[in-house]
Amino acid sequence: MQCGDFRVTYADDERIFDTRLPIVGIVALLGLLALMPLVAGTYWLDVLNRIGIAIIGALGLNILVGFTGQISIGHAAFLAVGAYATAALEAKAGLPFWLAIPLAAVVTSLFGLVFGVPSLRLKGLYLAIATLAAHFITTYGIIHWEGMTNGVLGFNVLPATIFGFPLDSDARIFYLIFALAALAVFFTKNLFRTKVGRAFIAIRDRDVAAAVIGVSLYRYKLLAFVISSFYAGVAGGLMAHHSRIVFPDAFSLLVAIDYLAMIIIGGMGTILGSIYGAVFMTLLPEVLKLSATSLTGVYPNAFGLIASARDIVFGLAIIFFLMYEPQGLVRIWLRFRSYWKLWPYAY
Amino acid sequence: MSPQLVFLLQLVITGVAVGAVYSLMALGFVLIYKASTVVNFGPGELVLFGAYVAWATILNMKLPVMIALPLTLVVAILLGLVIERGVLRPLIGEPIISVIMVTFGFASVVRGVLNMSWGSDTRPFPALFSSEPFHLGPVPVSPVHLWSFVTVLVLLAAFSVFFKFSLVGTAMRATADNQQVAQSLGVSVKGVFALSWCIATVVSALGGIILGSVRGGVDFSLADYGLKIFPVVILGGLDSVAGAIVGGILIGVLENLSGGYLDPILGGGVKEVAPFVVLVFILMIRPYGLFGRVDVERV
Repeated sequence: MQCGDFRVTYADDERIFDTRLPIVGIVALLGLLALMPLVAGTYWLDVLNRIGIAIIGALGLNILVGFTGQISIGHAAFLAVGAYATAALEAKAGLPFWLAIPLAAVVTSLFGLVFGVPSLRLKGLYLAIATLAAHFITTYGIIHWEGMTNGVLGFNVLPATIFGFPLDSDARIFYLIFALAALAVFFTKNLFRTKVGRAFIAIRDRDVAAAVIGVSLYRYKLLAFVISSFYAGVAGGLMAHHSRIVFPDAFSLLVAIDYLAMIIIGGMGTILGSIYGAVFMTLLPEVLKLSATSLTGVYPNAFGLIASARDIVFGLAIIFFLMYEPQGLVRIWLRFRSYWKLWPYAY
Repeated sequence: MSPQLVFLLQLVITGVAVGAVYSLMALGFVLIYKASTVVNFGPGELVLFGAYVAWATILNMKLPVMIALPLTLVVAILLGLVIERGVLRPLIGEPIISVIMVTFGFASVVRGVLNMSWGSDTRPFPALFSSEPFHLGPVPVSPVHLWSFVTVLVLLAAFSVFFKFSLVGTAMRATADNQQVAQSLGVSVKGVFALSWCIATVVSALGGIILGSVRGGVDFSLADYGLKIFPVVILGGLDSVAGAIVGGILIGVLENLSGGYLDPILGGGVKEVAPFVVLVFILMIRPYGLFGRVDVERV
């Protein structure tokens, strides 16, 4: 057990993990996940896949909002651009998915660069309102640029294929999604050990002070938008391949709010928080669905109320977390862990 | 008069009428912002709430309009009190992102409750005004638009008198100007916060009722009208009541003109997006709007 912080070399200081236990835990978790497609049913694999995609998207949003402090209500627009770009590159240009998704992510990054320009002039509330407007403008563009996006009809996406092997079921695409999710977590973890990540945090904490000590706000704010939208582009591309259909309604304002709720409930400005939030927000409707199924015996109409019950529970969860646990599930987990660490000799 | 000119005038008149409703709803938004620097990201749901409660009391419970409308407003006031006391007061002094998200949170709850109570089908809304158009010179004007415009003007005049002369109105202006000074002079700042939320829910409910009767039906797409508040308040200035009124009418006219002239060229939907394009331009050029206060930031 770790009983103190004894860093005596620079190498110690730069280590990602202080002890070996988390490494063992992560390897065990990855091993467990790798076995999932063999044991889990289609339903739970579908849920797991959506969790994996949400993790990538939430990490992207957390880099922008939680770590850099630039409030964005436009994440759904990024996801939409990622999904549409992937679908269009495959359908119109005939690219394979392993080229289409990275290219779509680059396209989304460029889009994020433009999206981020208002952040140079605006912050806080005004930026939030600007990104809200940008969301509506993007949605309009997607619906009306029919030559490229097929308008409201959208695309039917063919399954991703590796060496002639189609990833056409939840079990098959699972490995692709979770490999990318693991890569995203790893990249984010390392991002915040670099100069760039530290500049992001400095901008969040006090942007004017950060500028005074030599952080170029111009460069790093835009870079935060670019990185964030790159993640969203990948997540959008995976969404296109997971649901195999892309249409405008899948990227409404409510999706952007869902992602904001993920990072708030999970924990703003933490990597673990993005993961917890993604798991929580994806499982919430499933839990409601399951409880409605079990309630149909008592109350036959229970299933019809799921949509509204979801809205209510979702809203209450946001309000509850902001009031009583503003640092999110991560904070609960840390408290829980430190309680058991020294149990039963807490003092 | 040439048909082109009639078309133009008709667009402008409709725009002014709808814009007046935007002004009314934006007024509530600006009052909240002035009093407590909270930006309400759920204005659409407040509009929906008013429209649905009015529909339920008039058509579902078959109450006469003269009883149903005041009842709707009382329910709206209660909603305002619940939101302020239950959700926003505990978050005074929290970061902006928390306050923004909590308004999304209660908006989601309101939407869920409405959906659970009455479902999401389109409901016919009682026509509060006759629909026979009359002619103002050569231009046909629908009475719904005229009456909604008059209603809004009367309400705005009443609010101006209230802020200018009544004790409570003065207290609200004092709080907006400087919370600490107002508090030390005996103004209940929390009371002012609560009151500003009540006014916001009431004007949003009125906006919902007027929009419902203009459209002849209520459904969840009414909430989109609530979001038009953002272009209005950014154009007028987030903390300016006069700005909200001028901005509302300008945005109303602008969206109608762009819809009328650009829709045939660009293929529909311009009306919905034009206000947001304007919003982005104003934010880039003059973020504090026409009449807003310019903030200077220090480290």
